[in-house]
Amino acid sequence: MRLSSKTTTLLALAALIALAPLFFPSSYYFRVGSLIFVNGLAVTGLVVLTGYAGQISLGHAGFVGIGAYACALAPVHLGLNPIAAAVVGAALSGGIAWLVGRPILRLKGYYLAVASLGFGALVSMVLANEAQVTGGPDGMTVPDPGLRALLKSAGLDLSNSAFWYAFSGIVLVIGAWLALNLYHSPTGRALRALHGSEVAARTVGVDVAGFKLRAFVISAFYASLSGSLLALQNKFITPDVAGYMHSIELVTMTVLGGAGSVLGAICGAMILTTLPQVLTVFQEYEQVMLGLVMMLVMIFMRDGLLPSLSRKIRGRGK
Amino acid sequence: MSLLQIEGLGIDFGGLRAVHDVSFSLGAGEIVSVIGPNGAGKTTLFNMISGVYRPEHGRVRLAGEDVTGIEPHLLARRGLSRTFQNLQIFQAMTVLENAIAGHHLHEKGPVLADLLSLPSSRRRAAEAEASARMLLDRVGLGRAEAQEAGSLSYGALKRLEIARALALKPRVLLLDEPAAGCNAVETEEIDRLIAEVAAEGVAILLVEHDMKMVMRISNHIVVLDHGEKIAEGAPAKVSRDPRVIEAYLGPQVRETADAHG
Ligand SMILES: Nc1ncnc2c1ncn2[C@@H]1O[C@H](COP(=O)(O)OP(=O)(O)OP(=O)(O)O)[C@@H](O)[C@H]1O
Ligand SMILES: [Mg+2]
Repeated sequence: MRLSSKTTTLLALAALIALAPLFFPSSYYFRVGSLIFVNGLAVTGLVVLTGYAGQISLGHAGFVGIGAYACALAPVHLGLNPIAAAVVGAALSGGIAWLVGRPILRLKGYYLAVASLGFGALVSMVLANEAQVTGGPDGMTVPDPGLRALLKSAGLDLSNSAFWYAFSGIVLVIGAWLALNLYHSPTGRALRALHGSEVAARTVGVDVAGFKLRAFVISAFYASLSGSLLALQNKFITPDVAGYMHSIELVTMTVLGGAGSVLGAICGAMILTTLPQVLTVFQEYEQVMLGLVMMLVMIFMRDGLLPSLSRKIRGRGK
Repeated sequence: MSLLQIEGLGIDFGGLRAVHDVSFSLGAGEIVSVIGPNGAGKTTLFNMISGVYRPEHGRVRLAGEDVTGIEPHLLARRGLSRTFQNLQIFQAMTVLENAIAGHHLHEKGPVLADLLSLPSSRRRAAEAEASARMLLDRVGLGRAEAQEAGSLSYGALKRLEIARALALKPRVLLLDEPAAGCNAVETEEIDRLIAEVAAEGVAILLVEHDMKMVMRISNHIVVLDHGEKIAEGAPAKVSRDPRVIEAYLGPQVRETADAHG
């Protein structure tokens, strides 16, 4: 039996996540791994928005911030379990994306990029300035959802970092599964069509503004859940998650790996999450490094790392 | 009653009267051609009819309903479909997917069903795919279905656009130079295809520079020059109209026409 490319991708991803811990020298690597998955999730959302639909957002960290702070605030103010709070945060992000996106996405061109930049700045400003509610720049603690304790009582005792590695890994695989389903579906086809030619998409009946909005809302869900996961595993959150730099990081990861491919973009997330951990130069000069990566990709591999490499390998096979 | 009615349509670009006061109508199963020299306003006229441009003057009626200035995707729902002179292909998709994309209105459904790949979503996609395969066979691209669309020849892409437009099951089909860049064999195939589609009752509006083809398959010809309609009628009549020969075919051709006349 020949496996579809979707199944192969998902199997490869799941196997990588499941087997990588065998090679972890210390529990610190679980921590890096779960950070990769958290970023991978947000980046998968950007694959839908940028890779499928061809729209660029420079403010998705705003949704990451909403998802993160939902997990900190909703348990305190609404008495929700932090997991339920993540769902509420995603719904809120989706709602805001819909409201913000509706007027913007009717316009053509780069309005989304510019407007989303403003949106991200707005969210991080609110988070930093509303100190009574959000703790301001000092950040907030995030309550434990009690999942690990639940597993322990069921007989599965995982260390904190191993638990969050597994949990975010599973969420990422589900996120990738949904995004890959979408790619081959009628909706995914409409998104890719409007990416290819808006005028042709319109003449075959695609409501271009409506489909861009769908992609924007979906990607906001992903970003929000990524923020929630980050808050839950760090148990602490600061307004930086919503900041401009984080938006740029996410876009660079997407572009580096290959915006059109879920697996590629997750590879991008892996590279750019790991580099600052192993190279201190990267950490110190992050802005310069991200700019450099972006330029190199644009010059040498317009389609991103993974698609370019696989084309090269296939080309040699012929 | 005519299916498509154009009444006094006009648009200016800055100071340029690109199209001015053009009227004609088109019935089911008819092939009407719009001809005229380069820059006469043919494509602009198509853009206004298909909702890509909003006309500044005049009305477009589709089956009696006023659809002037309605967005292209809403016109598509009402059964109006078109191809483009400067190809508008979904380059990054395969040939098959381009043809499936033409079935958007038939295959679209709730996003959630698509995200979860529910059976309903897969069934809609599978139906569109089966129909897309038949259309590709019909335009002679069946063997190329797995290729990336960007890799096809110009003539093949023209046919792919026709297949994609037919996927809508249109009542009115606008074809902007479908045979441009095609060799004689391909032109003949397109010629036959257009006649077949018209025979099924689709109203066809055609822009084409290949005069032999236009004269052969049109029921009616509308001649534009500098944005204005200068003549219309049956092919035989239009081809003998001195104003048309002057404007469109140029003085030399007029001499030869006189010589033959
Ligand atoms: N979007 C636009 N903005 C400004 N001017 C335009 C625009 N589109 C077309 N024009 C001008 O309007 C006139 C008519 O152009 P149009 O493309 O409709 O001609 P055409 O009859 O299709 O010509 P061809 O046979 O070369 O395709 C030309 O002078 C062209 O330069
Ligand atoms: Mg033209």
